[in-house]
Amino acid sequence: MAYQLNGTTVEADEEGYITDISQWSKELAVLIAEDEKIEMSDDHWEVVNFLRDYYEEYQIAPAIRVLTKAVKKSMGPEKGNSQYLYELFPYGPAKQACKIAGLPKPTGCI
Amino acid sequence: MLHTVNKSPLERNTLESCLRLAAKGSAILLIEDGVYGALAAGQAAKEIGKRKADLKFYALGPDLAARGLSESPLVDGIEIVDYEGFVDLAAEYEAHQAWL
Amino acid sequence: MEEDDFNPEVVKRFMFVNRKAPYGTVYALESLETVLISAAFDQDVSVVFADDGVFQLKKGQDTPGINMKNFSPTFRALDGYDVEKLYVEKESLEARGLTEDDLLVDVEVLSSKELSKIMAAQDVVISN
Repeated sequence: MAYQLNGTTVEADEEGYITDISQWSKELAVLIAEDEKIEMSDDHWEVVNFLRDYYEEYQIAPAIRVLTKAVKKSMGPEKGNSQYLYELFPYGPAKQACKIAGLPKPTGCI
Repeated sequence: MLHTVNKSPLERNTLESCLRLAAKGSAILLIEDGVYGALAAGQAAKEIGKRKADLKFYALGPDLAARGLSESPLVDGIEIVDYEGFVDLAAEYEAHQAWL
Repeated sequence: MEEDDFNPEVVKRFMFVNRKAPYGTVYALESLETVLISAAFDQDVSVVFADDGVFQLKKGQDTPGINMKNFSPTFRALDGYDVEKLYVEKESLEARGLTEDDLLVDVEVLSSKELSKIMAAQDVVISN
C-alpha cells in the first residue's frame, strides 16, 4: 500500500508501515493516524516523539514491554503503564504508535 | 592479476591460500570481511609482511569504516582505496581472481 | 519431551553464541533479532561473543559507504530488553588485538575456561 501526501506517494508495506523512514514528516504522521482512526493529541505526539528518539538511538522499534518500561523511566509511572498507552493507541501501542512514527514493526513483537 | 579476498582470515583460510598462490607482481585487494586481514594487530599481518616485496596490498575503505576499523592501525604498506580505486585496479590488472 | 518443557513457569537458560563478523554475512543481524524476540519469553538469556563475533561489538561502525544498516547501536538496547548477560571471550579479543575499551557495550570478559563452565550449565545453546 501507499500514502498520498501533497501530491507525493509514500510507499508502505501491506500493514501500513512506511518503507523508507526518511520520508516521514509530521503531516504524514497525522495522515497515518487518520487511517488508524486516531486524532493526534499532545499525548499522542509525546509517545510518537519518544519512539522516534528511541529508534534514533537504538535503530529498532521497541517491543511493547520495553516501550512501557522506557516511557515509565522517562515520563513517569502515570504514563509508563499499558493502560495509558492502550487508551492512546487502542490497537496496540507499540504497533500503532510505531506505524505513526514512521518506524518498522516492533522487533520482538509476538 | 588482481586478487580479491572477502573472508576474515580468522574464520577461513582464504587469505592464506591467496598469499600462497598469488604470483609475483599481483595485487591483493581485501574487501568485505577480508578487511580484517589488514589489521596490524591481526594474525595475518605476519604472512602479509612476508610477501610485501612482491605483491601490492589494498583494502577497501568503506568496508573498513563499516566495521569500525577506520582508525585501526593497518599492516604497513596496505593502501586504502574507495570503490573508484577498486574499478581502477580492475582496469589496471585485467584478469581478476575472486577468492571466496 | 518432558512435561515441563511446556510449563511456562519453568525458566530455562538460553545462550546465544555469536561467532561471525557483522555485515559480511547475515548471521550476526539474524542472531540479534532472535535474541530480541526471545527476550519476550522471560527466559534467562545470555549472549556470547567469541571468534570473529567479537567484531560485532567494535566501536565506531559506520556503514553508509556499504549501503547497509548499522545495527551495532541495537546492542545497547539489550539492557532495556532485560538481556544483561553479555560475555566476551578474552582469547578471541586478544587474538584480534582488541581490548574491552574497543567495545560499544559493557560486557563481561571471560577466559575460555570460565566461559566453558557457563556454557555447560545452559539448557539451550543457539550457535551462529
